[in-house]
Amino acid sequence: MNNPIITLEGVEKKFGNNHVVKHMNLEIAEGEFLTLLGPSGCGKTTTLRMIAGFEEATSGIIKVEGERIEDKEPFQRNVNTVFQNYALFPHMTVFQNVAYGLTIKKVPKKEIEERVMEMLRMVQLEGYEKRKPDALSGGQKQRVAIARALVNRPKVLLLDEPLGALDLKLRKQMQIELKRLQKKLGITFIYVTHDQEEALTMSDRIAIMRDGRIEQMASPKEIYEHPATRFVAGFIGESNIFDGKVVEAKDGCLTVETDAGCLLVQGEDFSVGEEMHVSIRSEYLEVSSSPVAGFTLQGTVKDFIYQGSVVKTAVDLPNGQEVKYSRFEQDQTVSPGEKVYVFWRPEKAVAIKKTEQEAVE
Amino acid sequence: MSTYTAPKKKNLLPKIAMAGPVSVWMILFVTIPMLYVIFISFMSRGVFGDVVYEFSTESYSTILDPTYFQVILKSLKAAGLTTVLCLLIGYPFAYIIARKPKDVAAKMITLLMIPFWTNSLMRLNSWLLLFQTSGPVNNFLVNTGIVDKPISFIYTDELVLIGLITNMLPFAVLPMYSTIEKLEKSMLEASADLGANPRTTFCRITLPITFPGIFSAIILTFIPSLGIYTVTDMLGGGKVLFIGNIIKNQFGSIRNWPLGAALSVLLIVVTMLLIFIYTRFAKIEDMEVV
Ligand SMILES: Nc1ncnc2c1ncn2[C@@H]1O[C@H](COP(=O)(O)OP(=O)(O)OP(=O)(O)O)[C@@H](O)[C@H]1O
Ligand SMILES: [Mg+2]
Repeated sequence: MNNPIITLEGVEKKFGNNHVVKHMNLEIAEGEFLTLLGPSGCGKTTTLRMIAGFEEATSGIIKVEGERIEDKEPFQRNVNTVFQNYALFPHMTVFQNVAYGLTIKKVPKKEIEERVMEMLRMVQLEGYEKRKPDALSGGQKQRVAIARALVNRPKVLLLDEPLGALDLKLRKQMQIELKRLQKKLGITFIYVTHDQEEALTMSDRIAIMRDGRIEQMASPKEIYEHPATRFVAGFIGESNIFDGKVVEAKDGCLTVETDAGCLLVQGEDFSVGEEMHVSIRSEYLEVSSSPVAGFTLQGTVKDFIYQGSVVKTAVDLPNGQEVKYSRFEQDQTVSPGEKVYVFWRPEKAVAIKKTEQEAVE
Repeated sequence: MSTYTAPKKKNLLPKIAMAGPVSVWMILFVTIPMLYVIFISFMSRGVFGDVVYEFSTESYSTILDPTYFQVILKSLKAAGLTTVLCLLIGYPFAYIIARKPKDVAAKMITLLMIPFWTNSLMRLNSWLLLFQTSGPVNNFLVNTGIVDKPISFIYTDELVLIGLITNMLPFAVLPMYSTIEKLEKSMLEASADLGANPRTTFCRITLPITFPGIFSAIILTFIPSLGIYTVTDMLGGGKVLFIGNIIKNQFGSIRNWPLGAALSVLLIVVTMLLIFIYTRFAKIEDMEVV
């Protein structure tokens, strides 16, 4: 990457014996929208806090525009943060909150006024400048928090689950607004969330984190369609995952033997006898009343799960594993208790290598 | 109709039951005595120290006498100094406690309160014993060669001031602790994030947000130290006279009740004025700690 705006090299963080961030390497391009996505406790907030300077890295290098900043205090770093709980100053009005950073930097009064008002216009909070944070709704507080950070025109904005406290509708609306603002201002966003849909819609790139490590960092499409590890496949979307061993590899098509039976998947670079995983999204899984060549996965239809836009059908396999397939409407061709053969088009499934870590475990 | 009135009565009863005793209590033990004090302050003193029920403003003109005026000024100064020092010592103290984990903070608060579970006369007497010319403190200072001859600590303004401060410190620490404790760490981080150095953050964020606690602390230390007489009596040995001592003496040994009452009225007025300012500045919720 040419001149990344933020670089993390081998960054580690330990709280006592708790190894929270493990050898993190990260390069973020100017103007990029990068999302850190992962389950609770995987170290997302800690990573952000190390970049902001609230937490000191145990070891490793953090650079902003090529300059090392580990020894700089938070107030000396040219990054701004939008906090998960907003952290607005309760004794100040909306105007004073947004103006705070500029006042500290002793920007002329007139310019402060202009920039704050412009910012409030951008987040659609004109007319609210005299209110105290107590008199604002969650979404309005959120926008004040964003305005307060953006008005300083930071190179990088760190956002820690900024929409976490909002209801679904407002969240969707704010997602679009935020993304627009980011594009318009050309500011680099590092965005933390554990909402995968949010990550997929907003990001240029997503870093999937697990236990203090980045499992995969790629575009949303790449992550969704080609998960690199079993964890990523399981974390993004709803996939059915099989653990098995390659028994035949021919013309890029692998026959994989699992506890539940044999199945087909497309994949290069796999050798016979290799242990691996196969992931198939629920929308690609199909069932049939007669066996399909290459597949020996037989199961019993268990029940239907209504989910609004889709209806899922759960099928029990003999090894106790449950697989699900989704359709826009309930599958009328089967009924609970019926025996079915599970299959899919081999190119729709993803063959996933075992990671070194899994091999160790 | 009766079905409608019944619940109404039911709703009212608890309110009366709650407000009733409190009002009766307030009227009996606060309002009436206060009115009586005001009444007495406008009476005259008999030859034998009894109260003669003749209207007179003599007590009030006496207060204006420079000697009394000076005592009042001195008391105000001492109370003010006590308050300021309590704030200066108490704020960092409260800050440190508030930033400790909850269980540690609870223990520290308990330690702070322990002196108040001992009898104040006993506490003050032990101070006298500790600080007297042949007491352990002086012995230590002399034996280690820090001073040549014993220092006369007791019956000095300084010891009285120290006594007042130690007496009042918990009342300053507690309200400040409870507001500092509510101050979220992320607010300080947000301030730093926006470019403020620690000093600016303290002046612009910490101080204003914890101001209600500071104000409670001022009220809770200033008013009692203005009226207190035990500390001044014992540690000052009767030589250091504050308004509290004078009032006590007027009602006691000197037996000039109207003058004592007039001085009390003055104290009450000052107190009420402060409370008035307080309610203007701070919200009622912050009174919890009071
Ligand atoms: N100040 C701290 N002291 C000790 N341990 C901490 C501290 N902050 C975080 N941790 C631990 O570090 C781990 C990662 O925490 P972190 O807040 O980074 O997770 P997260 O990915 O942001 O999770 P979430 O999605 O729940 O916000 C957790 O196990 C947490 O308990
Ligand atoms: Mg977090």
